[in-house]
Amino acid sequence: MTQTPSKITPETLSKRIFKTATEVSGPLLFVDLKGKAGVSYGEIARIKLPSGEERSGQILEVSRDIAVVQLFEGTSGMDVDQTTIQFIGETMKLPVSSDLLGRIFSGRGEPIDGQPPIIPEVELPISGSPINPYARQYPREFIQTGITTLDGLFTLIRGQKLPIFSASGLPHNEVAAQIARQAAVLGQEKDFAVVFAAMGITAEEAQFFRNEFEKSGALDRVVLFLNLADDPAIERIITPRLALTAAEYLAFECDMHLLVILTDMTNYAESLREIGAAREEVPGRRGYPGYLYSDLASIYERAGRIKGRKGTITQMPILSMPNDDMTHPVPDLSGYITEGQVLLDRGLHRRGIYPPINVGPSLSRLMKEGIGKGLTRRDHRELADQLYYAYARGIDLRNLVAVVGEESLTEEDHRFLQFADEFEGKFINQGRDENRSIFESLDIGWDLLKNFPNPKRELKRISEKIIEFFHPNNRDSNKNYDSRDI
Amino acid sequence: MSTERIGKILRISGPVVEADGMLGSSMYEVCKVGDEGLIGEIIRIQGEVCTIQVYEETDGLLPNEKVIGTGAGLSAELAPGLIGQIYDGIQRPLPLILEQTKDDFIRRGVVTLPLEYDKKWPFVPTVAKGAKVVTGDIIGTVQEGPVVSHRVMVPPGVQGTISSIVKAGDYTINDPIFKVKNNGSEKNVPMLQKWPVRFGRPIKERLEPTIPLLTGQRVFDTFFPIAKGGTSAIPGGFGTGKTVSQHQLAKWSNAQIVVYIGCGERGNEMTNVLEDFPKLIDPNTGEPLMNRTILIANTSNMPVAAREASVYTGMTLAEYYRDMGYDVALMADSTSRWAEAMREISGRLEEMPGESGYPAYLASKIAQFYERAGRVKTLSTEERQGSITITGAVSPPGGDFSEPVTQNTLRITKVFWALSKDLAARRHFPAIDYLVSYTLYTNELSPWFSKEVNPNFLRYRSEAMALLQKDKELEDIVQLVGPEALPESEKIILEAARMIKEDFLQQNAFNEVDSFSTIQKQWLMLKVIIDFYNKMRELYNQGVKLPEMMNLPIIDKITRMKYIPNEKAEGELAGILAEIDALHADDIVDRISGRMMTDLKKD
Repeated sequence: MTQTPSKITPETLSKRIFKTATEVSGPLLFVDLKGKAGVSYGEIARIKLPSGEERSGQILEVSRDIAVVQLFEGTSGMDVDQTTIQFIGETMKLPVSSDLLGRIFSGRGEPIDGQPPIIPEVELPISGSPINPYARQYPREFIQTGITTLDGLFTLIRGQKLPIFSASGLPHNEVAAQIARQAAVLGQEKDFAVVFAAMGITAEEAQFFRNEFEKSGALDRVVLFLNLADDPAIERIITPRLALTAAEYLAFECDMHLLVILTDMTNYAESLREIGAAREEVPGRRGYPGYLYSDLASIYERAGRIKGRKGTITQMPILSMPNDDMTHPVPDLSGYITEGQVLLDRGLHRRGIYPPINVGPSLSRLMKEGIGKGLTRRDHRELADQLYYAYARGIDLRNLVAVVGEESLTEEDHRFLQFADEFEGKFINQGRDENRSIFESLDIGWDLLKNFPNPKRELKRISEKIIEFFHPNNRDSNKNYDSRDI
Repeated sequence: MSTERIGKILRISGPVVEADGMLGSSMYEVCKVGDEGLIGEIIRIQGEVCTIQVYEETDGLLPNEKVIGTGAGLSAELAPGLIGQIYDGIQRPLPLILEQTKDDFIRRGVVTLPLEYDKKWPFVPTVAKGAKVVTGDIIGTVQEGPVVSHRVMVPPGVQGTISSIVKAGDYTINDPIFKVKNNGSEKNVPMLQKWPVRFGRPIKERLEPTIPLLTGQRVFDTFFPIAKGGTSAIPGGFGTGKTVSQHQLAKWSNAQIVVYIGCGERGNEMTNVLEDFPKLIDPNTGEPLMNRTILIANTSNMPVAAREASVYTGMTLAEYYRDMGYDVALMADSTSRWAEAMREISGRLEEMPGESGYPAYLASKIAQFYERAGRVKTLSTEERQGSITITGAVSPPGGDFSEPVTQNTLRITKVFWALSKDLAARRHFPAIDYLVSYTLYTNELSPWFSKEVNPNFLRYRSEAMALLQKDKELEDIVQLVGPEALPESEKIILEAARMIKEDFLQQNAFNEVDSFSTIQKQWLMLKVIIDFYNKMRELYNQGVKLPEMMNLPIIDKITRMKYIPNEKAEGELAGILAEIDALHADDIVDRISGRMMTDLKKD
């Protein structure tokens, strides 16, 4: 990877110390440059408070006279009289090497596990660069998560960005941890690693994830960046970028398959809003800055595969929808950028179904190219369509029954109604440690379809060929159906 | 145009840079910003201070670094070599960037030429010395790939008598091809033209949009057709299939040239197009689709200012091929991202915002963009026609069509293809809401449909639309009283509407056969359903019950008719139509009672 060489030499560095703060406002500090130019856009500042405490910040805007510095750790205790500001002549960088694995960092990249800083192979700018679309390779490799609803209906593909849309009180952490745990066990453990970035989650939640990784013995294959609820909010702006810089290094330089979990993106967006407000920017929807889409894209688009490189980055951002509202700007804009979404549902959760995945609005955009013969199994696509359709019809009927009662339903309607119940109980519902193979998952689907006595007529989404081969009534007991290639 | 000026950076705020010492600069002039020469464009002038939007990341830029005004506006380079290329928002070829930098990531400050200057193209002159030419006249052709014959035109602003022209042979785009003499001065003219992207290329006159752009998509062609030279908007929330619909249009439209602008969308989607298009065969030419396609890819994480420019770059390339006399289809996915880019830049300029923080000039910018569509007579001595058809995807926040970008787009576009979250959730794809969508080209296009497809086409189409409307009313009743409460005659309507929805409107983009339907096949499929509906009414009047009708073997044939290959459609669908025509009440009742008899015997 190439880098822009720094324009600032050590000699000029000493001249770049200022004691001329003029204004402190929210997370922003305004510095009078006294006409001494040579401070660049985006560069990092070290600030020394009157108390002796040191903090860091980044330049958001610079002119010949004034630099606007955004403080990651907040501005409390700062004054305009004694605070000294030193600009270090570099944009934000993360020192990386393969020793990153197994380490724990703060939300701004400092080790907090009591071990020394890593000896860097290279220092990478955390803002990253866009992957040339021409250099990308379209993701097609199936990841088995062991969760039936995901593998069967919303297949996760290596290099995909698939968020979990959740809300307070729902088990998104359990689902994410289960995926991280089970996706690792594929005979390729060595190449697999998880980068976990926490933004504003509680210490308890962070501890939960650490325990989960520890339990599965995978802690040495995990890099954690933790910005917890009581850590400075502005720091959250850089946490996901640090995590993705680490992931890019491990994926594209060390040939590993990365799963990046970013939680919670709503907290991230709120920090962005805070800065926007402090800068008195014209707000877009619900006070979020107008560039929220571009900003989120600069994070989510750092997933993918590159031609000729072995490693991949798969992203699983978690975001909570305030008031369960999917049209809230954060889930809404995320949905426009990510390649699908997995939506958790309060109703299912209340009925004790785990994982409470709401099948209707969930989607995996990359699924169609990553499943089928040789990848998962030949019947996968048609079966998934049929299950989805039958369940949707069952749900429609459920709503109808609530209004007009069961009497006016036909026999066929009753079968769909029953199917919907069984689908939730057997297909969606599974144990928190239950790791089902893709073949098990698909066959659970087939078993549910046995409800329909006349498959060729009632299962319109599945072709006759597939029904003849895969329907439980037609199976040959001597044949092995647990194969990608049958 | 004026000469270079050198100014100095005053202030940097994200993609917006202010520089002073720029007196004499003009609006939308291209500048090279900073020591690395980042490309930018002047968007505001206040005395000697210019505000510049920079098309690349500005991290590390210092105040007082130099800014060079180039004296020219942002221009597209037009010559053979455009077809099959993939550009970023300011016409830098992405494959070349990769080759030059040997880097899978796009760093800033990369300088690449839009076209290959040293490649030789086989030029064949079509005029001789002494010919009088005006702007737009074709003076020769270059075969640009297997499909497109690139017509080399006299560039805008040039006319006179050809004093010499080269022989047929291989030339680069910069080689002088011909000399033209006018008012005593002589000028060397190469194939290469440059055109400032923010201005439309001149035309002679606009024509009525009377020919449909056929897309092979049944819901579009039959129900809501768009004319060649027309404009359409396709708004929808995420997951409703905007991009798949746009890809389908890019794949199967019967335009000769397709310009696809991926504006602020996903990187993997562009990769998908790049992998698919060279493999897919264009039904009109038998050649890979890539040979008629130009891609502009400015993904969501690429610099926002270049995203703003990308739609203009794409439009200028489209106009160039239109001027040659081609029908061009231009897809912009998504215009909302373009509008957001305008909003972001406007915010940095601290302009007074209009609705939802968008700049007050949003409506006029959208209108100007769509007005560059049209079927036209080109500027040329000979009579030549070309067209640009625009389809703009819109991504309304929260799927709410009342937001400013959707509303301003609908004010200007003539076709509205509304995507519905509801239909998408039921996996009814393409999820075009057939009750909300509309086309305003019906009157202009009806003579064409009557003449080229069938005189009854429009009558059948209206009948199908009426059925869908009636279906909606009945569904509302069913929601209240249950399906059993409807009389049999109305259940027939539900059944016919179901057929229209499932067997006609739903079209599988990923099925080899179903992905594309010829207009003839569409017409016959529609006729099958409507004729069968009328037959159902007739049979009902003769005492046949609906379940008996639904058990007829013809039902399965209707369900499968979308999978009949286009070339066999006429014969097989004519067979189905004859079968429907021959259905007779007595036969059905007899056969059914007959089958019951045999069933009884078995027991």
